[in-house]
Amino acid sequence: MDLMSMLHAVLFNYTLRTVALGAATLGIVSGALGCYAVLRRQALLGDAMSHAALPGIVLAFLLTGTRQPLVLLLGAMVAGWLATLALIGIIRTTRIKEDSALGILLSVFFGFGMVLLALAQKQPNAAQAGLSKFLFGQAASLVVRDVITMAGLGAVALLLMLLFWKEFKLLSFDPDFGATQGFPIRLLDIGLTALIVVAIVVGLQTVGVVLMSAMLVAPAAAARQWTDRLGVMVTLSAFFGALAGVIGAMISATARGMSTGPTVVLCISAIVMFSIFFAPNRGLVWNIVRQQRNRQRLRHKVDRELVLEPE
Amino acid sequence: MHTNTHAIEVTDLTVAYRDKPVLWDVDLAVPAGILMAIVGPNGAGKTTLIKAILGLAPIAAGQTLIYGKPYAVQRRLVGYVPQRGSVDWDFPTNVLDVVMMGRYGALGWIRRPGSRERNLAYEALEKVEMQDFADRQISQLSGGQQQRVFLARALVQDAQVYFMDEPFQGVDATTERTIITLLQELRSAGKTVVVVHHDLQTVPEYFDWVTLLNVRRIASGAVSEVFTEENLRLTYGGRVAIMGQNAEARMLSGPLSAADHTKDRNTWI
Repeated sequence: MDLMSMLHAVLFNYTLRTVALGAATLGIVSGALGCYAVLRRQALLGDAMSHAALPGIVLAFLLTGTRQPLVLLLGAMVAGWLATLALIGIIRTTRIKEDSALGILLSVFFGFGMVLLALAQKQPNAAQAGLSKFLFGQAASLVVRDVITMAGLGAVALLLMLLFWKEFKLLSFDPDFGATQGFPIRLLDIGLTALIVVAIVVGLQTVGVVLMSAMLVAPAAAARQWTDRLGVMVTLSAFFGALAGVIGAMISATARGMSTGPTVVLCISAIVMFSIFFAPNRGLVWNIVRQQRNRQRLRHKVDRELVLEPE
Repeated sequence: MHTNTHAIEVTDLTVAYRDKPVLWDVDLAVPAGILMAIVGPNGAGKTTLIKAILGLAPIAAGQTLIYGKPYAVQRRLVGYVPQRGSVDWDFPTNVLDVVMMGRYGALGWIRRPGSRERNLAYEALEKVEMQDFADRQISQLSGGQQQRVFLARALVQDAQVYFMDEPFQGVDATTERTIITLLQELRSAGKTVVVVHHDLQTVPEYFDWVTLLNVRRIASGAVSEVFTEENLRLTYGGRVAIMGQNAEARMLSGPLSAADHTKDRNTWI
């Protein structure tokens, strides 16, 4: 499929259009909210929460027997929440540090989810067939109703992010000072974490629980390379997320048997690599060039002064 | 209006981290309009004292009052300058934006800073001689400049009582001059300024009150009365010589700060 026919398909083919819209939604939401996870050094939290979503999804299916996306995503959200609460509990009451606690939660929740998934797959009815797509994502299975659910959830999350822009910025930069300004920092923290859970849930069907955290971290990390302003960073990150989402989802939807998650993650990884090397100011390549140039200039200067020095 | 009450009043304050007391039964009464240093060795609880008064550290027992009322209702009257190392200076924002954060509390929920806040921020930046840096990305600032930005952020609050955690930490001589002049101006304007300080040598020159702290409050009062060799010995243990042997006192107080930073930042989750 060449580029023109691909473009034609995106606009006029029902499946591909749905896939592209869904992937763009996921990219925008996780790209924008992922900035906060990265800036607050909570990249691992996103990973733990997305893995924790798996038992929630399967349990929601086992309890209700439906495969309604909204029901399953609600299960994912509750599980992500429980994981967050468990995390706070572990850090406060034991001597285990945050990184270890996250590792423990990630593996325990994910392991539990895998056991439940095996259990669900033993059920005779055919409804469970689609559950395993939540592992690595399957963009091709998106229908319009899924995209509407994703867009609705994502729009609410982004709207709240914009509404509390100043508060979230304060929370991310200097929480102690924020508390002295009279803002309930713990509540804001919980709120922002909840929004990140929503971003994860939005992307689960498309990218899957295993690689979803990459969609939070990678676009933000790439965007940070290009700008020193939070607003620009969030916008750019949303754009990168959408770009990688659409390209990855299109490739996986047109090629047979390709999971969407890994394809999307490869796309965003390419964007990250490019940004790390070539972004102005922060890019490694320009850094090396600058260093070489400085070194040369200094050497010239030293040489000249040595010559001129009247010994 | 506040003639009979102290600016800051702390009674029986105890703060513990797990089973280890960080502050033990601390009493403090700070009159309004003074410039006070808190000194003490590493781990003495200086930062914790400030954080406990500001409600940032959990209090096990005791009470803290600002102008006779709990901090929670007097928040507007209190400005805070945290340790410079407590934030990520690579955060994507510029100097003016950081200074405007000092107005966020007054703005309240959701409302964005506008031209009024911008003007106040410029004024504060002028006071710390940083007006030319307003658009500068904060990662490009030197240590002294970062400290001045933090100071400006507290100044835009227009508070009555200021708490500053090591504002002289790692700044150059010029900045130290600028800051101390500014603090003395604040005091002249009737404000109360409390500063965690490490350089014992400069205490008599810079401050008019001093609190010596080592988990317990050793002494608190006018520098001329309580900043004595005996009190310092009680505070720092071992032998510490000031008055004429400044070098040794400096040696004892100087290198403590770096370790202090990391510890205080990680204590409260």
